[in-house]
Amino acid sequence: MLNIKKDLNDKNLVVALEGRLDTTTAPTLEEELKAALPGVEDLVFDLASLEYISSAGLRVLLSSQKTMNKQGKMVVKNVSEEVNEIFEVTGFSDILSIE
Amino acid sequence: MKEIVIDAKVENLPQVLEFIDSELEIAECKMKDQMKIDMAVEELYVNIAHYAYRDKVGKAEITFDVDDKNRAVITLIDSGIHYDPLAKEDPDVTLSAEERKIGGLGIYMVKNSMDDVLYEYVDGKNKTTIIKNL
Repeated sequence: MLNIKKDLNDKNLVVALEGRLDTTTAPTLEEELKAALPGVEDLVFDLASLEYISSAGLRVLLSSQKTMNKQGKMVVKNVSEEVNEIFEVTGFSDILSIE
Repeated sequence: MKEIVIDAKVENLPQVLEFIDSELEIAECKMKDQMKIDMAVEELYVNIAHYAYRDKVGKAEITFDVDDKNRAVITLIDSGIHYDPLAKEDPDVTLSAEERKIGGLGIYMVKNSMDDVLYEYVDGKNKTTIIKNL
């Protein structure tokens, strides 16, 4: 289960994820972002309530980062220790701006 | 040893992870290790679901054990095409976002987050075993 909460203010979009970002839920997030990202210049992922991430979830973060590199910036916030370990072993901690 | 045998379909992933999680809870596994083990099982299981039987649906068998060194030993077995997931070259994780490819990360994550990963092909079956100290 994944809940996706989006808060758009002008060109700033905050996406809060709650639950599990895995093979079964990542396509939903991918679809929602595809629709939401055009025109966004400042993207924030709030991962405070993200319990789990797999490579399918990392792929969505990476493709979002690539999109935002062209049109603005992206920040990942409130990363739990467990999720951060996954970022570390994959080298994602160097790619993403984690606050 | 516990096991489940399931149709190797992506939509059955939650059942696979429920099985693993309930066993890990009994073994009093730490949360951060549980996430790594779930992630590794997901990668290997989804590979089987996507590729092992091509367009057909076949079975995936998953076994769980805690050995005498207090290590979780999990084996995923399929009877699909002969495929060694460990033969794949590691992606370059030092590359920037622009240079990084989408994908190819899964098995790398598995190798990096487990204490050992073994593969064997026996009697027409692919058997991949992941081992994690608890």
